[in-house]
Amino acid sequence: MASNKKYWKSEAELNPDDSIVEALRQNEFVEDIPVDEFLGDKETLESSSTNRRDFLKYVGFSTAAASLAACEGPVIKSIPYVVAPENIVPGVANFYATTIADGFDFASILIKTREGRPIKVENNKDAKVAGGANARVQASVLSLYDSTRMQGPKSGAGEDVSWDVIDAAVKANLKSGKQIALLTQTYASPSTSRLVEEFKAANENLRHVTYDAISEEAALTAFEDRYGERALVDYNFEKADIIVSFGADFLGDWQGGGYDSGYSKGRVPKSGKMSRHVQFEANMSLTGANADKRVALTAQFQKVALAYLYAKLNGTSAGGEIPADVQKTLDGLIALIRKNKSGAVVVSGIDDINVQTVVLAINEMLASKAYDSKAPRYTRQGNVKAVQSLIADMKAGKVGTLIIDGVNPMYSLPNAADFKEGIEKVDLSVNFSTNWNETAAVSTYAAASNHYLESWGDAQIKKGHYSIMQPTIRELFDTRQFQASVLKWMGSDNSYYDYIKETWNTFVLNGSDFNKAIQDGVFVSGGDLSDPILMAAGSDKEPIAQEAAENMISASPVVGIASAIRELANAKGAEGMELTLYSKVGMGDGQQANNPWLQEFPDPITRVAWDNYVTVSKADAETLGFVNENVANGGMDGSYAKLTVNGVSVTAPVIIQPGQAKGSVGLSYGYGKKEGMKSDMQTGVNAFALYQDFTNIQSVAITKAEGNHEFACVQLHKTMMGRGDIIKETTLEIFNTKDHAEWNHVPQVSLNHQEVPATSVDLWESFDRSIGHHFNMSIDLNACTGCGACVIACHAENNVPVVGKAEVRKSRDMHWLRIDRYYSSEETFEGDNTKKDDFDGLTGDNGSLGGFGELEDPSANPQVSFQPVMCQHCNHAPCETVCPVAATSHSRQGQNHMAYNRCVGTRYCANNCPYKVRRFNWFLYNNNDEFDFHMNNDLGKMVVNPDVNVRSRGVIEKCSMCIQKTQKSILDAKRDGRLVADEEFQTACSSACSNGAIVFGDINDKESEVAKLKESDRMYHLLESVGTKPNVFYHVKVRNTTEA
Amino acid sequence: MKKVTYRNQISKVLGISLVVFLLSSISLIAQDEAMVVEPAATEDASGGDATKGKALFNVNCAACHNLKKKMTGPNLYKVEARLMEDEGLDREWLYKWIKNSAGLIKSGDAYANKIYAEYNQAAMTAFPLLSNADIDNILAYTAEEPKVAPALAGVPLGENRGGAKASGISNEIILGALVLVFGLLVMMLFLVNKTLSRIAEASGIAMVKEEARTRTPIWKAFARSQFLVLVTVIFFLLGSAYFAYGWMMQIGVDQGYAPIQPIHYSHKIHAGENKIECKYCHSSARKSKHSGIPSLNVCMNCHKSIYEYSGNGEAVSQEDLENGYTNEFYTGEIKKLYAAVGWDEVEQKYTGESKPVEWVRIHNLPDFAYFNHSQHVMVGQIECQTCHGPVEEMEIMYQYSPLTMGWCINCHRETNVKTEGNEYYAKIHDELSKKYGVENLTAAQMGGLECGKCHY
Repeated sequence: MASNKKYWKSEAELNPDDSIVEALRQNEFVEDIPVDEFLGDKETLESSSTNRRDFLKYVGFSTAAASLAACEGPVIKSIPYVVAPENIVPGVANFYATTIADGFDFASILIKTREGRPIKVENNKDAKVAGGANARVQASVLSLYDSTRMQGPKSGAGEDVSWDVIDAAVKANLKSGKQIALLTQTYASPSTSRLVEEFKAANENLRHVTYDAISEEAALTAFEDRYGERALVDYNFEKADIIVSFGADFLGDWQGGGYDSGYSKGRVPKSGKMSRHVQFEANMSLTGANADKRVALTAQFQKVALAYLYAKLNGTSAGGEIPADVQKTLDGLIALIRKNKSGAVVVSGIDDINVQTVVLAINEMLASKAYDSKAPRYTRQGNVKAVQSLIADMKAGKVGTLIIDGVNPMYSLPNAADFKEGIEKVDLSVNFSTNWNETAAVSTYAAASNHYLESWGDAQIKKGHYSIMQPTIRELFDTRQFQASVLKWMGSDNSYYDYIKETWNTFVLNGSDFNKAIQDGVFVSGGDLSDPILMAAGSDKEPIAQEAAENMISASPVVGIASAIRELANAKGAEGMELTLYSKVGMGDGQQANNPWLQEFPDPITRVAWDNYVTVSKADAETLGFVNENVANGGMDGSYAKLTVNGVSVTAPVIIQPGQAKGSVGLSYGYGKKEGMKSDMQTGVNAFALYQDFTNIQSVAITKAEGNHEFACVQLHKTMMGRGDIIKETTLEIFNTKDHAEWNHVPQVSLNHQEVPATSVDLWESFDRSIGHHFNMSIDLNACTGCGACVIACHAENNVPVVGKAEVRKSRDMHWLRIDRYYSSEETFEGDNTKKDDFDGLTGDNGSLGGFGELEDPSANPQVSFQPVMCQHCNHAPCETVCPVAATSHSRQGQNHMAYNRCVGTRYCANNCPYKVRRFNWFLYNNNDEFDFHMNNDLGKMVVNPDVNVRSRGVIEKCSMCIQKTQKSILDAKRDGRLVADEEFQTACSSACSNGAIVFGDINDKESEVAKLKESDRMYHLLESVGTKPNVFYHVKVRNTTEA
Repeated sequence: MKKVTYRNQISKVLGISLVVFLLSSISLIAQDEAMVVEPAATEDASGGDATKGKALFNVNCAACHNLKKKMTGPNLYKVEARLMEDEGLDREWLYKWIKNSAGLIKSGDAYANKIYAEYNQAAMTAFPLLSNADIDNILAYTAEEPKVAPALAGVPLGENRGGAKASGISNEIILGALVLVFGLLVMMLFLVNKTLSRIAEASGIAMVKEEARTRTPIWKAFARSQFLVLVTVIFFLLGSAYFAYGWMMQIGVDQGYAPIQPIHYSHKIHAGENKIECKYCHSSARKSKHSGIPSLNVCMNCHKSIYEYSGNGEAVSQEDLENGYTNEFYTGEIKKLYAAVGWDEVEQKYTGESKPVEWVRIHNLPDFAYFNHSQHVMVGQIECQTCHGPVEEMEIMYQYSPLTMGWCINCHRETNVKTEGNEYYAKIHDELSKKYGVENLTAAQMGGLECGKCHY
């Protein structure tokens, strides 16, 4: 039963005596306005010559002067187009379909443009594959307006050069007779593959090396060995009934990501059924947080467990030691899988050829419905061997020309020093990148490249599923994309657009219309693709230089299953601790480290923004002496740890992570970038230095380092005052068998000495909202994976300011929508209570001495729940009644309005809000050098949504339920003289949620999806006992706890 | 930029109108004469009616042809005679060409192909519906000597100015005379008084002056009465508070704001005299929140062929003359447009060198107020003039309405929602009007007063 569970956001809350937790709970604003800073300094005050009279004089004068100055309005110029583009109507948004394919993120998306400026990323619902934009893709529109972008080609020394100089140098070098190498990201692009092939044909000593910063080498090689093509299996988790994952963060960036929407569909209980998800992992990942059962296990044991699973399913035995409780879980799983073989799917994220080979074998053996090897994905094609051999050739001085595009090896290679040594021996190196970066600094020329929103391109994300990338704005600067440059070097007069059109008309479209494909953004080919060029470029098998061979990862080309199982079963533990490197939802491989939205985005698990960190289990932290402590202003401090892998050391702050497998630590990629970055953005440490041999599992020596790190961690901020019933959850069994009153309990209050449901008692008279629209939002805790795409979408739509690390630490972050993460112990505490009652004597089997130690530490392996919280738009809103100036008021349509220009900043409303969703503008966050983010420069401001106000200092702001969007939908309908269709009502978060967790609509339209969801048994309101009658409702989280 | 308050404008207009009134009779007569002088219907030698021809020409040809000037097509002054002289082509050829130029080009006619090539292969529209007689009429019109814009011929500029001056002086004289008369009256009264008192003195009647000395002066009595002082002070304070409030509420309200624009664009000529629909140029008012300042290509839709202004042809009003709104002035403004859009008048093509016009924005709502034109224009079916005033009479555009929140709210309270034939309103209007017990709902009753409808 849900009510017996204790939920907590931070380890500190488990300690009943923590005064800071209590203070944070009771105070909406932890810190007062820091008047002490200027009033507390007595000496300065006394020594100043300004007396009270002077002060009043100045105040009076400046007030008079200001009001006089206000009398004369400024002259505003309006400059219309000379020739207006046909499709642009000022004030009306246009949408264009395009594709992001930056080598890490691949997605078919729509771009909303206003007056020609891209301002927002939306999901492309026509796309059957990768049509959902994750947080990084949502934020990528801001990277277009990065003020630190290169505005034209430069030399390696940082001087401006012209494109002609680079072109001439490259053309001259191509003929030098030495090797020419293209070192690029994964394009998965038919046109680029064809172009590179043609470039290769024109220059026989040219080779193309694809490099992924975060490699999927093992999975790619295993797939290639089995199916003869360098690609990745495509999984459809919607079809899976049992999902077993060994360290695969498939809701994150595992194998290119994009699996979350299918997964979520299978997680919503329909006719009593939902998938069962068991996760074995070391780090607490987003995927593990969503699992029904999560087993904290180091990679070493994950391998053994995988071997055990394979052997058992195969009817043999593998050997190897695994902990007893893990074996029990596995046995249960095996029994379950045996009942429903094709409904099960096994995945793994361990960079080990044996693991990946066994995973493929298991899925084939099960004939899993979720497993698609026939139409695989091409989103990772990097070839580690080819990269290493290229570096070896470079060091040997064999390479004459090196063209780099879309990758930053000087930052992301673990052996960047080798690369540097190599590139210095290359005659000419040209680095294509949007920003000045580490690699640009060591190249001959830094070629300023287009952002993807300025580029033409295409992608084959999955075999037969094509997407087109079209520019949504003309190049802002003097930039040129790689492909256009190659065309130029080949002496072609064609633009890359012409080239793509030719490719598509010849090889892809099979007679379909090209313009239609551009309009849709996606095209699914019906037939089989036989043209070898179109197979993504990954199949290039490079002759590997002998001297490079020793650098390679030691894997035989074909791994026999038997030997793989043997190796796995005998997997050895790490020396010292085991480090698992991972990518964070917000930062990925770090390409967009300069994006303030992503920096400010709190990680879904740790709730830390502006940092990466070492995650350590509580037990290990105690042994090693690491601490996390909360300080009075609500911030969190942590110790530093020094990590050493094979002599390479990195010092990073420590986060004690509930659920981290004992003996393991985690560290995320994507941080620690320095070159070409604003100082505020230079956060975290570079984990790629530890990414040796491109393996995400490393043996690490860990010691405590000096000092304390100040985190910007929001996990204890904006708590709901210790009130209960925030999260409601139950198990599938109870959900299926018992009445909803039992598992979705409505809190009772006493009225006239009678226990009645809290929802039936009211202080206010009810307002009739049955006429017109009445907006409601439904949030399904089962479908929400906590990915955070909605948070960034809200940022972009509503011009939410970025406040920086120091302010986030003081709980002054401005997110209108936060995703609360709650931990709870696996089962109820009742088990512990029984055990405690059964203690018999001090020692012995039931002795209390050992018994108390055995009592499960709730933070050892907690369950996790995510809960997006925004303004609940209460029908009986506590904020409205306390506003002295009526700045916040209620509408008939259910939205709680906030008139910023009326607000005087008393913050009474924020104090009175039980959900803590109101945000106060402590400072002016635009045009303020103290907050030097995108709103402080003209370029960055181009992302601002013109339909939403940019708030000033001293006012409260909060979620408006995207009233600008609902009003637009209503107006469109009025203008056309029709009713509003259900799907037209969207908020930024609901349209960003490709998982279907957030649904928005009009409940007075009985046919609408949200009206039906409101009738669901799982529906509940947040803090029903408070009686606020919110217009946002949640669905009880159901976990599938079927053990066998 | 110049900022003229609305009230000043009115007083100025009143003053000027007096002057204009004095002159109006003269100009009216001049106009009548001009009408009479215009040749009624000159019969051409070949039997065409030039008046009818003019009408036909304006409807069918004027978009691309001018009598004296090369435009999209060649100039047509005495086209027939010229054709005969230069090419030896007769009227029959012209019939064929006008009715189906493409056919003639196809048939391989040498001159037809030549002229086609000369004008950038822009095919002339075929006019199969024009009869031979119509074409005769048009040709008769083209054969006539085109009237050189008789703008200033009728009323010579200098003379007119002189007239204006003269009338000004006469006014002053009248006023001066009046002042003189008053002065004389005052003097006479004074003299009479003096004479009378002298007579009285002579006849020995003493002037009674004691009364005044015994009575306390009224201001002293007033100052002694505390009540009166209090009331006066209160009245005074209230009064000044009233005016201070009124003045303060004017801050930020730019009603009557009429800045000088980079191009003198006259709404009076476009929307008033030529009756161009507002939304022809401000087309985005139909679908966007912005009414939009028309891009210059919209101007060029008409101004490609309207290269000079001759609207003042017959009679320039005194007011216009005073302001300098002559034909030359307006033509000069059209040239400014050409310079901005990069239109080469001689070559009849765009040079590609454009210079966007920096208009001064007149109506400017603060950023925190959301206003949508299409909502009001299309859904509410409100005339543009409701908020923008008599634009068709505005020579210089100014802000007619205060654009304050009170002004918005007032209208929302008073205006009924236009629900007829709009399916969106069908259900909600039914239910709501029943609830409120009214026939027609106002915008306010529909929720048009809620803060969040305009502030987000």
